[in-house]
Amino acid sequence: MVSYILRRIVATLPVMAIVALFVFSLLYIAPGDPAVVIAGDQASPADVERIRQTLGLDRPFLVQFGSWLWHILHGDLGTSIFTSLPVSTLIAQRIEPTLSLMAIALSLTVLIAVPLGVVAAWKAGSWIDRSIMAFAVFAFSLPVFVIGYVLAYVFALKLEWLPVQGYTPIAEGVWPWLQNLILPAVALGDVYIALIARITRASMLEVLQQDYIRTARAKGLGMRDILFVHALKNAAVPIVTVIGIGIALLIGGAVVTESVFAIPGLGRLTIDAILRRDYPVIQGIVLVFSFLYVLINLMVDVIYTLVDPRIRY
Amino acid sequence: MTVSTTRTVTLPPGLVIAPQLPDLLRPVKIRRGVLGFLRGHPTVAIGSALLLCLVLVAIFAPYLGTVDPTALAPAKRTRAPSADFWFGTDMLGRDIYSRVLYGTRVSLTVGLSVAVLASLAGLAVGLVSGFVRWADGILMRFIDGLMSIPPILLAVALMALTRGSVGNVILAITVAEIPRVTRLVRGVVLSLREQPYVDAATASGTRTPMIIMRHILPNTLAPMLVQATYICASAMIVESILSFIGAGTPPTIPSWGNIMAEGRALWQVKPFIVFFPAAFLSVTVLAVNLLGDGLRDALDPRMAKSL
Amino acid sequence: MALLEVENLQTHFRTPDGINRAVDGVSFQVDEGETLAIVGESGCGKSVTSMSLMRLIPEPPGRIAGAVRFQGRDLLQLSEREMRAVRGNDVSMIFQEPMSSLNPVLTVGRQIGETLRMHQGLDKQAAELRAVEMLNLVGIPEPARRVREYPHQLSGGMRQRVMIAMALACNPKLLIADEPTTALDVTIQAQILQLMLDLKRRVGAAIVLITHDLGVVAEIAERVMVMYAGRKVEEAPVARLFRSPRHPYTQGLLGAVPKLGSSLTGAARRLTEIPGQVPSLKKAIEGCAFAGRCALATDLCRQVAPGLEVKGPGHIAACHYAAKEAAAA
Repeated sequence: MVSYILRRIVATLPVMAIVALFVFSLLYIAPGDPAVVIAGDQASPADVERIRQTLGLDRPFLVQFGSWLWHILHGDLGTSIFTSLPVSTLIAQRIEPTLSLMAIALSLTVLIAVPLGVVAAWKAGSWIDRSIMAFAVFAFSLPVFVIGYVLAYVFALKLEWLPVQGYTPIAEGVWPWLQNLILPAVALGDVYIALIARITRASMLEVLQQDYIRTARAKGLGMRDILFVHALKNAAVPIVTVIGIGIALLIGGAVVTESVFAIPGLGRLTIDAILRRDYPVIQGIVLVFSFLYVLINLMVDVIYTLVDPRIRY
Repeated sequence: MTVSTTRTVTLPPGLVIAPQLPDLLRPVKIRRGVLGFLRGHPTVAIGSALLLCLVLVAIFAPYLGTVDPTALAPAKRTRAPSADFWFGTDMLGRDIYSRVLYGTRVSLTVGLSVAVLASLAGLAVGLVSGFVRWADGILMRFIDGLMSIPPILLAVALMALTRGSVGNVILAITVAEIPRVTRLVRGVVLSLREQPYVDAATASGTRTPMIIMRHILPNTLAPMLVQATYICASAMIVESILSFIGAGTPPTIPSWGNIMAEGRALWQVKPFIVFFPAAFLSVTVLAVNLLGDGLRDALDPRMAKSL
Repeated sequence: MALLEVENLQTHFRTPDGINRAVDGVSFQVDEGETLAIVGESGCGKSVTSMSLMRLIPEPPGRIAGAVRFQGRDLLQLSEREMRAVRGNDVSMIFQEPMSSLNPVLTVGRQIGETLRMHQGLDKQAAELRAVEMLNLVGIPEPARRVREYPHQLSGGMRQRVMIAMALACNPKLLIADEPTTALDVTIQAQILQLMLDLKRRVGAAIVLITHDLGVVAEIAERVMVMYAGRKVEEAPVARLFRSPRHPYTQGLLGAVPKLGSSLTGAARRLTEIPGQVPSLKKAIEGCAFAGRCALATDLCRQVAPGLEVKGPGHIAACHYAAKEAAAA
């Protein structure tokens, strides 16, 4: 088990290296001269030259990549052009709201989507299945800011049940923290819920046709045991896989959700960085989120071994 | 109980005849033809009908009672929807109805272009990866890496380095979508190469381009078409998100994301500025998704189960 | 009163290209402790019959009609809840594929134990103890270790033993075995059959054995029922059926089996085969379903479906011409 996990960790290192290489090369792949773009339209040639030096564009690719990687391995993600603060500091200041938002959205998703998918598969073809699947297609088609505005309008502005915007750190109490995050988490989780409900249904449908489900029914087991013990455990691997892959949706969506609900997280930092063309900050955020994504999918690999005894370590 | 009327033999005495048994289920109607197909797959019908309307709106935007979508009218700012301004006006006095209709052009262009470009590029890389052994390992490592960067962030980073234009938006989203197609194509190639008939073709000296034409492409087409619709839907959402956060289509071009971005500051008091583009975007994405779901069910029952 | 009385059982399925009349009007009886074999080619409806007895056919797209009286109670009239109390307890089932019929992610002990916990209210420990006992009974070595293993850690023969242990855990009165030996190696087949016979004697359960293997039938069945195209075409005590089959289809089935030692006694003959294919069950069948493949078929057969008639003691068959042969003999 431990050796399996270690081997999985070692296997993700090349992926992380390639992610780093990609994120770094964007500066060189992008059409046009990034230094000119970042400096903006009113910049003098001297400004452009200064930015070119800050980004290291005046040095050979490999030399610059080597020194950039070296700094990253030491926790140095570069310096913001706009604020002159270390990017790692900026990210550390903003990471709590984003992680909170994603964690709540993820929990909501698993709690809602998996049972929905299971019920849809059980009642496949019935009106219950059809309504759940229709809901899923609609939810999947609603962009995160659309559902965000609708929720904020109805539940915060009109009904006044929850705050419209803002964020309270968890240190100031769980309820105030949660209160601010419920609407954003629902908005963010919406697409993800639809995705997981669909994959749960598909995976369960496949499993429910297997011979061992027939055996379970022939034993006289009730539907609850069959669905949640015999079937779901077998259907779990693809579901967990998509939960892992779908985190990318949450990460992308968080940027927008934070903007709609004025949450001071990494998404907000991204948008400010875009407005100020503060590329080192954007680069750092992309890198941190990508590594986070790789790590989550590493955890998914480990979870496989817990649900399926056939996977050998 | 009806007894067969075509009986021509005389029954010998004492013959034991099997009892006629009732039908338990109503007979099945088998539908054929294009109309039959659409009735059997209503999502394809609804999706394509909606999309057709939107395409017509995009093409004929100038003739549908619109005015210049970029014309400023500071005296008529933030008017609520009325007979003069069907969807109201924004804070610069521009007519939202006209802007939303013209915005259809941006969304459809981005969606279609990304779907086509990403499919073609993914097909090319996937074929190389499936057929050239030594390239496969390297390419797949890169694809894995690329897939580990959340698509929206990848597009944001690319957009931060280029001047905002519809072309660059398309390019940025395409780069993020290529890995998915590559994976799909490579999967099909690898599984087909195991098939006895492809093996036989290779063994009898059929050259690789011929095998691709005859066996690989026909089998890749259906899943790629389905995936292309999903990529189209996803690209339209990403475009609007990029525009919404200021990293997409330049503000001078009316796109749904831009209209919403401009209405963002005022949404609590003038919700209609955000509402109309949001509604159009949702309906468009829904139409494409419905079409994709329907095509998936119709083209490949096995794939229907897998997603 | 017979243990099981099946009357006019019909099981139909709705499919995209028509209604499949998989089982159409089958009636039979099984007495306590008796072994009835149901034989026929694949697709003749024998498996669907067994699944219908347990109401394991999903409805929709399926539909079951007729009566299945077990100890006088019509199982088709029970609620799903009452039916669950019957399954695995009074009536249990063994399936063809031991590889896929056990749940791969649950331990063997858990899978045997849950039947006991469900029907006999045993607690976790008691259920596991009894599971070990059952594994021992079906001849699995080191049962205390095996009980904690997963199906993929067992061989095919052992898995079928586990299936049998699971089926017999609650001492059922009727055991339905759907091709229990088909997927196994020949040597293992004999062991499993022997085990079933032993256990049957010990437990006293009646068995409905579904198979296409006539060798297995000769070995353990007392009565045989032959099915063709969703209908019963012949039924007789096992010795009688092998000695003087009446229906041309049964004769064809028996002719297709090599007789051991027949070449030594000089009675060697070519194996006969039944020409043609089973008719589609999705279209209405006019006349006798076997007429298309039968050498004796006449216009009468092609237009009038034969009913079941008595051809001898305990022997019935559905053929217009079988009667004449019997009279002539």
